[in-house]
Amino acid sequence: MFKYYPHTEAEIKEMLDVIGVSSLDDLYGEVPEELKFKGQLNLPSAMSEHEVRATVKGLAGMNEMVHGCFAGYGSYDHYQPSVVPYITARSEFSTSYTPYQAEISQGTLQYIFEYQTMMADLTGMDISNASMYDGSTATAEAMLMCVANAKKRNRVLISGTFLPAVLNVVKTYAHYHGVDLVVVPEKDYVMDVEAARQLIEADDVAGLIVAQHNRYGYIEDFTGLADLCHAHKALLAINNHAADLAVVRTPGEWGADIACGDAQSLGIPVGFGGPYIGYLCVKSALVRKMPGRLVGATTDANGQRAFVLTMQAREQHIRREKATSNICTAQGYMCLFVACYLALMGEKGVREVNELSYAGAHFLQDALLETGHFEKVADHEFIGEFTLRLKSGKAADFIEYMLETGVLAGVAIADDLVTISVTKKYGKDYCEFYAESAKGFFEK
Amino acid sequence: MNNTYYGKLIFELSRPGRVGYSLPANKFDEKYALALSEPLRRQSGTLLPEADELTVARHYTNMSNNNFGVDTGFYPLGSCTMKYNPKLNEELCQLPELNIHPQTPDYAAQGNLAIYHYTQQMLAEVAGMSECTLNPYAGAHGELTGLMVIRRYHEKRGDAARVKVLVPDSAHGTNPASAAVCGLQVVQVKSLEDGTVDVEDLKTKLGPDVAAMMMTNPNTLGIFERRIPEIAALVHECGGLMYYDGANLNPMLGVCRPGDMGFDVLHINLHKTFSTPHGGGGPGSGPVGVRAGLEDCLPNPRVVYDAESGDYSLLTDSEEALGSISAFLGNYGVIVRGLAYLLSLGKENIAMAGKLAVLNANYIKEQLKAYYKLPIEGLCKHEFVFDGLREEFGGDHHEDGHVSTLDVAKRLLDYGFHAPTIYFPLLFHEALMIEPTETESKDTLDEFIEVMKKIAVEARDEREMVLSAPHSTPVRRLDDVKAVKEPKFTYKAL
Amino acid sequence: MAKVIEGLYYAESHEYVRVEGEFGYIGITDFAQSQLGNVVYVDMPEVDDEVTAGEEFGAVESVKAASDLFSPVSGTVVEVNEALEDEPELVNKDAFENWIIKVQLSDKSELENLLDAAAYEAICK
Repeated sequence: MFKYYPHTEAEIKEMLDVIGVSSLDDLYGEVPEELKFKGQLNLPSAMSEHEVRATVKGLAGMNEMVHGCFAGYGSYDHYQPSVVPYITARSEFSTSYTPYQAEISQGTLQYIFEYQTMMADLTGMDISNASMYDGSTATAEAMLMCVANAKKRNRVLISGTFLPAVLNVVKTYAHYHGVDLVVVPEKDYVMDVEAARQLIEADDVAGLIVAQHNRYGYIEDFTGLADLCHAHKALLAINNHAADLAVVRTPGEWGADIACGDAQSLGIPVGFGGPYIGYLCVKSALVRKMPGRLVGATTDANGQRAFVLTMQAREQHIRREKATSNICTAQGYMCLFVACYLALMGEKGVREVNELSYAGAHFLQDALLETGHFEKVADHEFIGEFTLRLKSGKAADFIEYMLETGVLAGVAIADDLVTISVTKKYGKDYCEFYAESAKGFFEK
Repeated sequence: MNNTYYGKLIFELSRPGRVGYSLPANKFDEKYALALSEPLRRQSGTLLPEADELTVARHYTNMSNNNFGVDTGFYPLGSCTMKYNPKLNEELCQLPELNIHPQTPDYAAQGNLAIYHYTQQMLAEVAGMSECTLNPYAGAHGELTGLMVIRRYHEKRGDAARVKVLVPDSAHGTNPASAAVCGLQVVQVKSLEDGTVDVEDLKTKLGPDVAAMMMTNPNTLGIFERRIPEIAALVHECGGLMYYDGANLNPMLGVCRPGDMGFDVLHINLHKTFSTPHGGGGPGSGPVGVRAGLEDCLPNPRVVYDAESGDYSLLTDSEEALGSISAFLGNYGVIVRGLAYLLSLGKENIAMAGKLAVLNANYIKEQLKAYYKLPIEGLCKHEFVFDGLREEFGGDHHEDGHVSTLDVAKRLLDYGFHAPTIYFPLLFHEALMIEPTETESKDTLDEFIEVMKKIAVEARDEREMVLSAPHSTPVRRLDDVKAVKEPKFTYKAL
Repeated sequence: MAKVIEGLYYAESHEYVRVEGEFGYIGITDFAQSQLGNVVYVDMPEVDDEVTAGEEFGAVESVKAASDLFSPVSGTVVEVNEALEDEPELVNKDAFENWIIKVQLSDKSELENLLDAAAYEAICK
């Protein structure tokens, strides 16, 4: 037989006898003959363990490897403490299903409860759910919440300064769900607050969704927005880059009703885009409008504290087409990465991480400006990510040139714009090396 | 199963001043010290714990001992396909060479793009489709994406009237929920006594407003829908498309392909059929396959291969596409695991997966039907449904104090087995849905069968003990009502 | 055995209307609450909302089920039973005493389409 199939020939025979059929094929007796697949599928032949490893490694070898990653734009090359991959590899966690049988799933339930606590705390909100797929779909779900909450209003505003990848997903959900999504234009590389104000004052808006860490890396100022939204019965949803939350004014402090975003920056590798984890947090009043799973604390028959999936009546398996969302399996296991990372870092660590990113990014910006080949596009505040204009040459060519030195230098977001992210992994020496290498592109 | 209960929260282990990390020294000049202006600055502290490394490692290790996974024991959870998760897959998805940034230019990411493309081609072959997108993050997300493909198809033909989606009344709850998120109206189609679609009822619901019919085959009762060619022909005749919910694909692997049954669009769950771990509720992966002619509708970004140059590239802003449903290329790490599984099985072993899964399911069913009510006789596929205990074993749900399916499930935990899926499908009052998968041995099945019989006898003779189960798990039965009525979602709220 | 009260109007979807003058008190029947089990939440409309006969106006949740509420009659909501916000279990204690919304009826003739106690009792068997 094959290593994943434990049956012996004798056992198969015995089992067929119990069932009362004479062959494995007879188990498909009711399947019309013309539907059956004849012959063998066009797949490779079975490989040994070593061959599979060699094949996958061979394919992976087609990548150009870098030793430094300054690309951000929705995914950040942060440091992952060794405990995180070690703990998350435990198969008691990874090979379990959604914790429906709470009595034998306290491990999963408890780390989700810890994750919910930490995310609610970081965002300054009351309640976090047990994860969404990624930051883009979490933002789309925030939009659906706005519409569901408003009942009679169907218009949602979204800032045009969102990352294009997030904006595209929200637009797609809006198109098919029938939401009238209006993109608020940007002005000087941040959302045009005046334009948003005018739209909200029309009194037909269900919600406004804004990006605090915007597509250029700038941290936007939302002073007065929550009051404005609430005066016109609209919800305010703030998207943030999770690692920033330790130091920036939180969605809760801004007065938002919903906080959403991606928490990849809290202990999850860049991994070519996934698996990551979307977070969604709300004020208590919105809990029944919230999609996704929720873990709550209760007691067992002995009065002992224990954790359980709760508020399930909102969910698809009970509410079907009336559910708050169709989401069921999300990114549960990634909650463990985040919880474990934040447990190790603590408040001091998450702050220090931002201090290092801030210092590195501002140092690198100065160094690049000093070369005389770059200029700022705007003067807004930022933490670890910023955008510069190349005075000559194309941004995409700059990235290609830098790759030859082993550095992914950033993301070419327009013909002449490059967005650069600096994480705690890259210190002063590395930033100096980057700036020095960059000169070569312009002076070759 | 370890019976000790470790119930501390990490917040309760926190001691001011402890740290569990080490970061590089900050060598930057003081003028680069973090300084955000007042309006942008966080105003409050955080409640994050302060803990040293061992405290954290031990904390989560202790918690893992209160968890039950496929590696711990038998997990016959119906409709979830809890098969073994091969360890090679875990090793390969963590290869450092694959851990590259998603914004890496295409020419520098050829390896990752090739893996994606290779995997989608193999899945398309298995499903009998033309092309797959691997971007959807989970089964429900795949369903939503698949329905968007269908709406995009009708939209491009200028047919805006198709707003209804037909769904059998036995369908997974996600089907109607996904349809609603996609802006479609759900119309239920009745089932016959044997659990299959009532074709006569279907005929009355077909018309120019039907966008698609969503089905799974075998259906949620584990019964193969024999009349599928006729159903597909009827739906196609009225201009609708056929959608296949791949939740139950496992028994069909290599035996009968959805594309050959007449389906146009489908989703697959890599975390069910293709052995990737469920992770306690994700990350999964829900690839969506389409038949020839619908490829352009697949979401951006799409990986395309140029046979002439031998290059892979990303199509990011195709106007033909339905839009995009993920920031990048989905749960990429899960895709790598799926590839490793497909390569390990190869064309020689893939058809055996389904056959052995069906063998295992029927073997259990035949030996337990004298103890548990079997509403639908005959061969099942990879799973089947009991409607609770038989009346002579205390299962009469009209009787006060009867032993319910919930009680049987809880008692199973005492014997070291995970419970089957309970109270789904909704067609039966006391549904108990069992799916053993092909990776379980006859020895394990025999033990499970013996325990299930023993529980039936206990239900008859020692009812109170069953009603108060579980007795030997880390925690006892939980108070669900209290969890909703006095909601506490954070440590702060405790 | 579930209780059925004479003199009320019943819908097949298990809601009742108790008519007092031009107002109707709408709730779920004793049979409905017994089927749902422990009620943990009642989702109610707001005062001044319009309800339409046969259409949804809210939902009742138990731990593992949720059931939509369909209005047996049309009209304007003049009061919601705020006690249910904090004590939804009152519905289990006495479903007929603990109505959910009070509606100003817009078309009394709609009552003729509803069931009387005997007819409703028959469908609960």
